[in-house]
Amino acid sequence: MALLQIAEPGQSAAPHQHKLAAGIDLGTTNSLVATVRSGEAKTLVNSQGRDMVPSVVRYTPDSVIVGDAAMTAAQHDADNTIVSVKRLMGKGYSETLALKEKVPYQLIDQQGLVAINTVQGVKNPVEVSAEILATLANTASETLGGELNGVVITVPAYFDDAQRQATKDAAKLAGLNVMRLLNEPTAAALAYGLDSGQEGVVAVYDLGGGTFDISILRLRRGVFEVLATGGDSALGGDDFDHAIVSYLQQQSGLAELSHQQMRQYLTLARSIKEQLTEEESVSFNLPGDSAQTQFSRSQFEQLIAPLVKKTIRACRQVLRDAGLTAEEIVKVVMVGGSTRVPLVRSEVAAFFASEPLTSIDPDKVVAIGAAIQANVLVGNKADGDTLLLDVIPLSLGLETMGGLTEKIIPRNTVIPVARAQEFTTFKDGQTAMALHVVQGERELVEDCRSLARFELRGIPPMPAGGAHIRVTFQVDADGLLSVTAQEKSTGVQSNIQVKPSYGLSDDQVATMLKGSMQHARQDMQQRLLREQQVEAARVLEAVSRALQADAHLLNDTERLAIEQALTDLATVQQGDDTAAIKAAIEHTNHLTDDFAARRMDQSIRSALTGHNVDEV
Amino acid sequence: MNYFQLFNLPAKFDLDLTELGSRYLKLQKQFHPDQHSSGSERDRLLAVQQTANINDAYHSLKQPLLRAEHLLALRGLKISHEQRSFTDPMFLMQQMELREQLAEIDLSDDPDSVIDDIDRQLQQQKKQLLNQLSVALDAENAEQDQLAADLIRKLKFFYKLQQELELIEQQLQD
Repeated sequence: MALLQIAEPGQSAAPHQHKLAAGIDLGTTNSLVATVRSGEAKTLVNSQGRDMVPSVVRYTPDSVIVGDAAMTAAQHDADNTIVSVKRLMGKGYSETLALKEKVPYQLIDQQGLVAINTVQGVKNPVEVSAEILATLANTASETLGGELNGVVITVPAYFDDAQRQATKDAAKLAGLNVMRLLNEPTAAALAYGLDSGQEGVVAVYDLGGGTFDISILRLRRGVFEVLATGGDSALGGDDFDHAIVSYLQQQSGLAELSHQQMRQYLTLARSIKEQLTEEESVSFNLPGDSAQTQFSRSQFEQLIAPLVKKTIRACRQVLRDAGLTAEEIVKVVMVGGSTRVPLVRSEVAAFFASEPLTSIDPDKVVAIGAAIQANVLVGNKADGDTLLLDVIPLSLGLETMGGLTEKIIPRNTVIPVARAQEFTTFKDGQTAMALHVVQGERELVEDCRSLARFELRGIPPMPAGGAHIRVTFQVDADGLLSVTAQEKSTGVQSNIQVKPSYGLSDDQVATMLKGSMQHARQDMQQRLLREQQVEAARVLEAVSRALQADAHLLNDTERLAIEQALTDLATVQQGDDTAAIKAAIEHTNHLTDDFAARRMDQSIRSALTGHNVDEV
Repeated sequence: MNYFQLFNLPAKFDLDLTELGSRYLKLQKQFHPDQHSSGSERDRLLAVQQTANINDAYHSLKQPLLRAEHLLALRGLKISHEQRSFTDPMFLMQQMELREQLAEIDLSDDPDSVIDDIDRQLQQQKKQLLNQLSVALDAENAEQDQLAADLIRKLKFFYKLQQELELIEQQLQD
């Protein structure tokens, strides 16, 4: 294991140059990219002068179009124009049957996963999202004049493991270095600067195009703690539009709408909704009808009242989860274009008995917060003051006998987290075992979300009940799960074969990477070499710094061996032998394992005493 | 792993929770993966593992029952995953009575006051048992440790009842 870079809070580890970083809000309806320049976070505009890029991708026989241009074509090329792809991320085909009616393109079953049939062949949601991410990253690179060192991408707090993984895969496919998946509400609170100065409990009400999230955060002494999250991953402004469409369809007397008509009605509904934010009433023509139709705000509010009520119920539930009452909330942050709807604002204000914060554009607030965090993570801002402690939004569990779930990591547990569980064999000489990991709160496995099936192989043959397999579930800071297993008495490490239920395996991602238009032009070998060189540079920097700070923890033999390894690593790093660089990194990591452990101990002690160990 | 050692706190049942909290945050600030996001791959992995340990330790020390179990485990007495039946007829009778009271809440004219009443009983019993537990654990001898283990088993019943009571209260509110 290599060395941690340990820096005193408030002091950067080394002098550094300004690095390029961006925050990306990958939304259901619109996406944005923002960055911090001259100390201020701002959204970036593309060559058309727009910062809000519709999350729409259109496939033509020989090109891929993203954003406004794709949107314009949506009406006449509905089949090949993918909207609201975020709703499909990390989903199985069978889970999207309800959406089939609502989306104007053709969903198909790709080995259990949902995919879309286009003129360019079958595209999965990860590939479609990668196109949006690449477009945004491109805008950022062009504006900033260089390749991005890293990005922060926001996801709804409610996203489960499969959806987060799909988002990360999309970024990988787009060639981006993801420093962190950040929960949207946390980003919004950061944008309002609530991390400095504000103390107390804050609610973030995020009603976007396709998702609703309510999160309760506690802020104290610069620490951001997500106390609880809740919401509905299939509720948003799109549903307001559909409510209007249903109403209009009734008025028109049409029994059924074609894909094309649906698109026209949706566009009309959206414009009605937007006008009703300012106006009390609007008049318009139904498609193909010359007569004027009137529609008032109160009619609109009647249509959407049940949907808004649903969000308030979720607010009540999440407060209960956090063990709080509405009066204890000191600030409410509004996020998402749908919070412009007057009924939404008034209901939220009434429930929390507090006027919500709306001074930052609710469409941009998440991207701005993401940019602020990206700037910190890339190392441009040397303040160790903000600490974001996130929680896992949904419980992780295992299937047990009779289709019941056993919770391993309950929801709202602070991440990163690792929990181990022991299993035993039930047959003599059994060498393999299957585990089914699910996510959700319900008792029955079939009511939870299937995440993955694991097969443990290579268990040493023993009598029934003789083998004790310790399975460790680890969730990282992004909320992503990984699993390891070990037989306890023999120490044999089991092989784990992961079959994500609604995700892509590592091999599939690698294949997509090779096949993608994006990288066909680039030399794959070159890319792999570059990756290893960057990693080697990181290792060199970290170890050199560690030697400088803590050489006293090593004896002369150890120190000389490490120094030799660094010299060797620096030499091969200059060459073009990818495998040799990789081997040299591993060698260095191996040599510095003990050193890292000693530094870790020392650093724990010094953190707790406030002194260097030498002084104690 | 000794969680008390990790936080550099004395291995005692009576713990200063404010101090624990502030030490927890100090360690988090040092080791959270976000502080190491531009480090090498191994560094980041190490940061994840270390923070997971810190989170686990904090979680276990924060709650009295888990803290007591951890203390006993450090003294070689493991009870966290034991499967054994409980034979204290007096105690079991008392539990059954409390369960009956829970079951009859929705038959009452004034369920809120019944809930308050049961809640008071549970809190009182819990407090009493926790005090006994503290004394037993402080003695630091094998006999008292066995007694502590029994007290933990009893307390688990009360925590469970408390949860069920909260559930009933929620259902009534909906």
